[in-house]
Amino acid sequence: MLANATVRVGLATCGVAAGADKVYDALTAELAGKDVLIKRTGCIGMCHNEPLVEVVTADGKSYLYHKVNADSATEIARKHIIGEEPIQEMLYSDNFLSDQTRVVLRNSGTIDPESIDDYLSVGGYQALEKALRTMTPEQVIEEVIKSGLRGRGGAGFSTGTKWKLAHQAKGQPKYIICNADEGDPGAFMDRSVLESDPHSLVEGMSIAAYAIGASEGYIYCRAEYPLAVKHLRLAIQAARERGFLGQNILGTDFCFDLKLREGAGAFVCGEETALMMSIEGKRGMPRTRPPFPAEAGLWGKPTNINNVETYANVAWIILNGGDAFASYGTQTSKGTKVFALAGTIARGGLIEVPMGMTINQIVHGLGGGTASGRPFKAVQIGGPSGGCLPASLADTPVDYESISKAGAIVGSGGLLVMDDTTCMVDVAKFFLNFTYNESCGKCTFCRIGTKQMLDILERITNGEGREGDIELLEELASNISTASLCGLGQTAPNPVLTTLRFFRDEYVAHIFEKRCPAKKCKALIHYEVISEKCKGCGICNTYCPTGAIAGEKKQPFAINQNVCTHCGLCANVCKHKAVAVN
Amino acid sequence: MAVSTAIAQPLDLLDEIVHNTNIEAGSAIPILQQVQEKFGYVAPAVLQRISELTNIPAAELFSIATFYAQFRLEPPGEHMVRVCKGTACHLAGAEKISQAVEIETGADEGHTSPDGKFSIERVACLGCCSLAPVVMVNEDIHGRLTPETVRKMIKAIGRR
Repeated sequence: MLANATVRVGLATCGVAAGADKVYDALTAELAGKDVLIKRTGCIGMCHNEPLVEVVTADGKSYLYHKVNADSATEIARKHIIGEEPIQEMLYSDNFLSDQTRVVLRNSGTIDPESIDDYLSVGGYQALEKALRTMTPEQVIEEVIKSGLRGRGGAGFSTGTKWKLAHQAKGQPKYIICNADEGDPGAFMDRSVLESDPHSLVEGMSIAAYAIGASEGYIYCRAEYPLAVKHLRLAIQAARERGFLGQNILGTDFCFDLKLREGAGAFVCGEETALMMSIEGKRGMPRTRPPFPAEAGLWGKPTNINNVETYANVAWIILNGGDAFASYGTQTSKGTKVFALAGTIARGGLIEVPMGMTINQIVHGLGGGTASGRPFKAVQIGGPSGGCLPASLADTPVDYESISKAGAIVGSGGLLVMDDTTCMVDVAKFFLNFTYNESCGKCTFCRIGTKQMLDILERITNGEGREGDIELLEELASNISTASLCGLGQTAPNPVLTTLRFFRDEYVAHIFEKRCPAKKCKALIHYEVISEKCKGCGICNTYCPTGAIAGEKKQPFAINQNVCTHCGLCANVCKHKAVAVN
Repeated sequence: MAVSTAIAQPLDLLDEIVHNTNIEAGSAIPILQQVQEKFGYVAPAVLQRISELTNIPAAELFSIATFYAQFRLEPPGEHMVRVCKGTACHLAGAEKISQAVEIETGADEGHTSPDGKFSIERVACLGCCSLAPVVMVNEDIHGRLTPETVRKMIKAIGRR
């Protein structure tokens, strides 16, 4: 029996979706009454290996088990914890974690996010104490400037400079806001921090509040993240009870409290002025800047607004010093950055690496290449405001300047990997459909322009593209960028512009040859039964929703092209790979 | 607008929500969120009552309720199916999942099935990209779906 061992089960959203709660139940049932601590932790970032169970012995040795289910959890409990014999063949051994540098994710997956004591046991709130007792607000700001930390939400503005402006601004009260409205599809960095280490955000915001002189703060979190909301509530409550929030924090003159606001499902509220409108209880529509929030933000008062990842760096910087942070990364992009690696990738999940690593190092090194084993075609960086970079540019280092020179943006850190079966026109249409739906409607070019661009892309993917469409797309794109008020509209055309720049031949094939090279666009493909391969089992016929497939048992079936809706269900269910896409 | 006596009790609940929330500026959205949580949707009659209690014009409340995707103005079905349309899910075939859900439930996206069992909503991203394609049924997330598995899942839930 491994006395005093700790067993950590990752119970963030991805883990639970993969069945981690059943694993947890199996472990607690098997180890009931034993001298073992079973801990509910957050996300360690290895989504592709969930559910994860880590056994830590009393002397600190760690064993990580991956892809655990209820049965193997029982086996781990019996053989390893009670029998003291690690199950070698089930252990995870790879470089996915060891190749990372963890600042933001320093506690993710190791501490219990619902326990403030656990956070305190790894040095939590020591940075706040250091700042309040030994540093002036100016010194805190100086340290953050020295660290070179830039806003991790996408724009990349110097965090220290932003704080300085809010600190110098005249007017009281001052507010501090955390943008936790992580809206980019394909990005889940902030969700993970909120679910796995909520106190690091509370601490970072408290330090920022001290630096700028704010007494009240808001966390604006997406309602689509119920677990994050729950953990934030618990964290704020616990911090209040222990005196890290509220009046005279740690016996000093500093008073600060936090409120949680749930976003109501509007992507545009990720834009800072729209977000503040939403906190004020209005429709989330952006306004012109200047004045910037540092001068006139929430309710017209000086306000500092940063995103989750930015604040999550702060406590580390205060404790370890700005120079330590600045020793990571490149000349102009300091520190580490968390990326959400998803799409057709073998080892998807959250990774944190020093800035300046190349796309290839991330995709092939940490990510293990494409999941399908097919050639890596492109990577989409920066969500709907970003762009698609082709494999030929994958030696570009991921830092703010290099990525924007290549035509995309680092953005909030979503990295979507695509293999050669991805249609780039379809990807551009996908993003434009998103921004069109999410446009708040204030600026004409964004409201109507995105609709026009979407119509053209619909036409192209429907096989009705015309000569001049590409030029029209380019003209609209430039007008929308110029004439929109906020980042959403200004960057909405980026996915179209980058795919036009790097994958123009695919647009040409769709428009002039009425062909989708990746065989994705429904109107340009058709499904056929390969007679030689068809065994006549009839499963396709059972699944076909429109009754387009007919045939006799044990004879090759056939698809009626007039009835077929190209849903592809037959190709999915055929066990003999007898349905071809042409 | 006349308030019918049949819904007098829910209105007490509504008054309580407004009373407890309306102590600070900017509370329109939290009020609507709690109303939706309690009643399942935001009915026009409810907007009228909130307006009377808060002095926020009903038109403004309506403009807020229609601006944010979260608010429903019609009663939802028994089970809420949220199909993730994020980028990773899109690449992994979210359209086909959507289609399978629509065929199996008989409801179109954004609507409720004729038998009142299912409502289908699209959601921009559930943040479980590594499990794409993903569907959230009520509070549970189901990942790595195929059109067949999602149809089986819906069938099983429909029988409950």
